[in-house]
Amino acid sequence: MNAREAILELDNLTLGYDRHPAVHHLRCSIAPGALVAIVGPNGAGKSTLFKALTGELPPLQGQFRVHAGKGGIAYLPQQSELDRSFPVSVFDMVSMGLWREIGAFRGLKRSQAERVRAALAAVGLSGFEARQIGTLSGGQLQRARFARMMLQDANLLLLDEPFNAIDARTIEDLVALILQWHAEGRTILAVLHDLTLVQRHFPECLLLARECLGFGPTAEILTPERLATARRLAGEFDATAPVCHRPEAEAA
Amino acid sequence: MIADGLLGPFADFEFMRRALAGCLALALGATPVGVFLLLRRMSLMGDAMAHAILPGAALGYLAFGLSLGAMTVGGIVAGLVVALAAGLVARSSILKEDASLAAFYLLSIATGVMIVSLRGRNLDLLHVLFGSVLALDDASLLLISTITTVTLVALALLYRPLVLECFDAAFLRGVSTASPIAHYGFLVLVVLNLVAGFHALGTLMAVGIMILPSAAARLWVKRLPAMLGLAVVIAFVSGVGGLLASYHADVPAGPAIILVTGIIYVLSLILAPGGMIGARLDRRPHLES
Repeated sequence: MNAREAILELDNLTLGYDRHPAVHHLRCSIAPGALVAIVGPNGAGKSTLFKALTGELPPLQGQFRVHAGKGGIAYLPQQSELDRSFPVSVFDMVSMGLWREIGAFRGLKRSQAERVRAALAAVGLSGFEARQIGTLSGGQLQRARFARMMLQDANLLLLDEPFNAIDARTIEDLVALILQWHAEGRTILAVLHDLTLVQRHFPECLLLARECLGFGPTAEILTPERLATARRLAGEFDATAPVCHRPEAEAA
Repeated sequence: MIADGLLGPFADFEFMRRALAGCLALALGATPVGVFLLLRRMSLMGDAMAHAILPGAALGYLAFGLSLGAMTVGGIVAGLVVALAAGLVARSSILKEDASLAAFYLLSIATGVMIVSLRGRNLDLLHVLFGSVLALDDASLLLISTITTVTLVALALLYRPLVLECFDAAFLRGVSTASPIAHYGFLVLVVLNLVAGFHALGTLMAVGIMILPSAAARLWVKRLPAMLGLAVVIAFVSGVGGLLASYHADVPAGPAIILVTGIIYVLSLILAPGGMIGARLDRRPHLES
């Protein structure tokens, strides 16, 4: 793959906390329009990778380059960070996906309000416009977050465990949305734990267990041997680990 | 007769009219700020900030006497220093905001007590601690209404980022660089309004006019604009009620105002839909779906 045309390049990227790496010497480049599942056990560094990509966590070593263009990155973090007790309606919450267009001051034009309603319809939340976000179920709130993400109109989409505690029918609907975004040519990275789902819908897969255990076509990556290795590696933690001296060339 | 009791004091005495104007300004400025404090779960943080203002105002007083300007500037500076230092520590160390704020405000209040005891003229500082809503002069009134004007304009400008910062800060950080502006801008508004409040109600009770009406309003309504409006109304009604109680019963006005907000809060707590038994009073049958 030509590095120049990649939408996302990770160059010997090491991320971590207190000098302990959570993602270790990761190199890969993601082509525009790719639909990539990021798979790995808990503690494999999946969320950490997203935190770095959105600029929340500076790398310990290495770097990454994003060429997401005007649409930029849209990031769907794990659910916990949204305060559901705050009095705001579903419509208002979802319309914030238009931030890049309306900013802090502009009101919604009629066409934009129409797009918000269309996004709500696309995720199956028509009729919920005036409801407070606190009255939504977990699955409904996740649908609303997908609608908001849809309005962000980003080129690179990062989804962190989007189907945690979500029922089968909602997952089905939301996967259909992801596939639609894929068909529109957007690049999508999704952290997932359901391997059957990954095998069915995600052409490419990045297997992560602190180290990168493989990146490529899903069928080649999700082999029993590699998964066993991933399970073993993620459990390891050595509080007295020595300094890593892996040379640049070997890390490649 | 009743109209005499309600309107008479304001018609007859200028100091009552001034107090009324001060209460209206505080209700319009400080209370909406209090709504956001409440919704950001920072009610106690407001209280801590109010204490942090004390040494600044005390220093201003001791250096320049009962000068409005010196005490105001001192209070604003002390409040901002504590708020910004706490925010800075929270963002660049592993301590959370509440811990770093607690550390700074404790230091601040210790400094305040130290300053006061060094000069030993505690009586004069009663003004700072408990305010003097019945003795607002032109300058104080102008100061309070200026702060209210600034607050309303700033809230209008910050409204959308601030709301987003309150309920989904991670999203705001993802789409915009306005997150720190919303956060620190809001802290500045808190400090300004606490200073406005302390001239009328004193540092100890300035937070009351922010938090109590907001908490009462939260129990009645579900939407944020309605909550802002209702909180302002409750704050102003409490101001009027407190002033009248103070006039007729000859009690101090500041505590009277806060106690009236307290009565409204307790009634809301009992009767409002979001209160302790209000939800159980709703006997309407449930819907099909």
